[in-house]
Amino acid sequence: MAGKTLYDKLWEAHVVREEPDGSTLLYIDRHLVHEVTSPQAFEGLRLAGRKPWRGDSVLAVPDHNVPTANRDRGIEDPVSRTQVETLETNVTSLGLKFFPMADVRQGIVHVIGPEQGATLPGMTVVCGDSHTSTHGALGALAFGIGTSEVEHVLATQCLWQKKTKAMQIRVEGELRPGVTAKDVVLAIIGRIGTAGGTGYAIEFAGSAISSLSIEGRMSICNMSIEAGARAGMVAVDEKTIEYVRGKPQAPSGELFEQAAEYWRTLVSDPDAEFDAVVEMDAAEIAPQVSWGTSPEMVASIDGRVPDPAAESDPVRAEGMKRALEYMDLQPNTPMTEIRPDKVFIGSCTNSRIEDLRAAAEVVKGRKKADNIKLAMVVPGSGLVKQQAEQEGLDRIFLDAGFEWREPGCSMCLAMNADRLEPGERCASTSNRNFEGRQGQGGRTHLVSPALAAAAAVAGHFVEPSALKEA
Amino acid sequence: MQAFTVHRGIVAPLDRSNVDTDAIIPKQYLKSVKRTGFGPNAFDDWRYLDPGEPGMDSSQRRINPDFALNQAPFDQASILLARKNFGCGSSREHAVWALTDFGFRAVIAPSFADIFFSNSCKNGLLPVVLAEDEVQALFEQVEANPGAQVEVNLEEMTVTAPDGTVFRFTLDEDRRHRLLNGLDDIALTLQYADDIRAYEERQRREWPWMAEHSQG
Repeated sequence: MAGKTLYDKLWEAHVVREEPDGSTLLYIDRHLVHEVTSPQAFEGLRLAGRKPWRGDSVLAVPDHNVPTANRDRGIEDPVSRTQVETLETNVTSLGLKFFPMADVRQGIVHVIGPEQGATLPGMTVVCGDSHTSTHGALGALAFGIGTSEVEHVLATQCLWQKKTKAMQIRVEGELRPGVTAKDVVLAIIGRIGTAGGTGYAIEFAGSAISSLSIEGRMSICNMSIEAGARAGMVAVDEKTIEYVRGKPQAPSGELFEQAAEYWRTLVSDPDAEFDAVVEMDAAEIAPQVSWGTSPEMVASIDGRVPDPAAESDPVRAEGMKRALEYMDLQPNTPMTEIRPDKVFIGSCTNSRIEDLRAAAEVVKGRKKADNIKLAMVVPGSGLVKQQAEQEGLDRIFLDAGFEWREPGCSMCLAMNADRLEPGERCASTSNRNFEGRQGQGGRTHLVSPALAAAAAVAGHFVEPSALKEA
Repeated sequence: MQAFTVHRGIVAPLDRSNVDTDAIIPKQYLKSVKRTGFGPNAFDDWRYLDPGEPGMDSSQRRINPDFALNQAPFDQASILLARKNFGCGSSREHAVWALTDFGFRAVIAPSFADIFFSNSCKNGLLPVVLAEDEVQALFEQVEANPGAQVEVNLEEMTVTAPDGTVFRFTLDEDRRHRLLNGLDDIALTLQYADDIRAYEERQRREWPWMAEHSQG
């Protein structure tokens, strides 16, 4: 009999009940909650006279609607304010753990879960948010759910699921200098497409993945959903265990050692069989820039905007044509000739301390280019912001003419005041370049923090190594 | 949940693949704390020529005459026809609520994103997967004969095209049963409360750090 995949192990450890047709009642250990996808769930619970099954599994935080500037004024948009207040009322009335906007621990839900040790290896983690896959970087089974499922988890601590297929994406070899986790995941999505992982749980493996930090692994697992997979994960290794050690909600002392012993088993067995395997050569991955309106529409920084006329599939060619029209780009334009108007460094993909360090390293001693109307850095949490300030990163950004903001989702999806105006072009470290994602009519190019920083300095996309000496 | 058994209705063609949930319901409308009222803003960026904000009176807005849902008879459609990977991106269930609030009861496409598919089944909006050539045939028939009725039958798991052709689809038995009967998921699950408690007992034994340290 073949060995077990990491996904098999995580799944089997959470089965409450299995029906003959494979429908499985799966136990949920951690339920992360934010203000956008939860109000209707709490209302449903209330109307049915139900209480949360296990309130201590919840960690709630406002992140989508929160302002990133002038917090002392509160939330100016009354509709946003109501949504954040509704969250606070809902969770405090039920006694659930909550970090309000003024708490230094507030931040993007997918940044604070691991940061607090609320997410541990071996857990099942859900949130009414598709980027919940982020937490899989710790060797957890983590996936996004809809609001009906949020209500179901609140009421029962469980979800009905069917086991999906398992895909392994192996990235072997050494990444070239300047190539980051973000480039790896964009290259993967470019290769398998935005529906390539639909119906699968993806395990990212191989020496290039092992060599990444936990934060880099989070950037990769974060965008599993952009490849169509609800869950992405990476096996536990010593880096994982050292990352978790000492986190506020992690176990300590003897119990930590006991847990770590179990966590070390959370790897795919050498003879485990996957339903699909994708292999990639790390050395062939270049820094990536997206050119279209789907995350699979990516090119290498030294490449060009593709030509729909060269595409043989008519439906695909039509999609490319529509994307280029929306993006106002001509086929065959070198990527390095594309000039953004704004630069956004932040989001649950790239707002952790390492991301900010990578961007600051590029920016240090340089200035924002004149054609860049706004370059903003939005840390993923209050604690990331604090750490960055202790390291002096805020000074580097401010001296270069960037804005240094308060934590939240911000211009990744523009539910707060941070947004693109129609026609504006943005170099963004976020995860989605859909039409209107960063503001109606806005044009998004997905990149790594280093490339976003380089674009802010040069005024066009460029490899950081090609910038003039600071 | 509203049960789904058999539905006949007009099909609106949306000839695009990778229709994402940001397109189905743009972010500014997610600020609502209600489940209803999203219909007028379904496909907002494509449907209107002016930028939309919550609270605007949609009857006063500039309509995009080229968008199918603004054209008769598709403005009365209750079945949506699209290309592959429908509903990709954000997990927002508001996308499903926008479609049902508009009046849709079913979406037909060659494939769906996983979270959208699941959300859809929980709101009585039937996601129907047909082969690409079958979807193509429906697009052609709808174009030739706008307003022709299509029947979606969940009992038989069939779609009957305007020309009478019958296409078969599948849906896993559990979801089909719940949709056919309009069942409340939570009440069903709570029948297994003892199994859930037994699992929690096992967790305390085998993985004691999970519960003890979950309060932080």
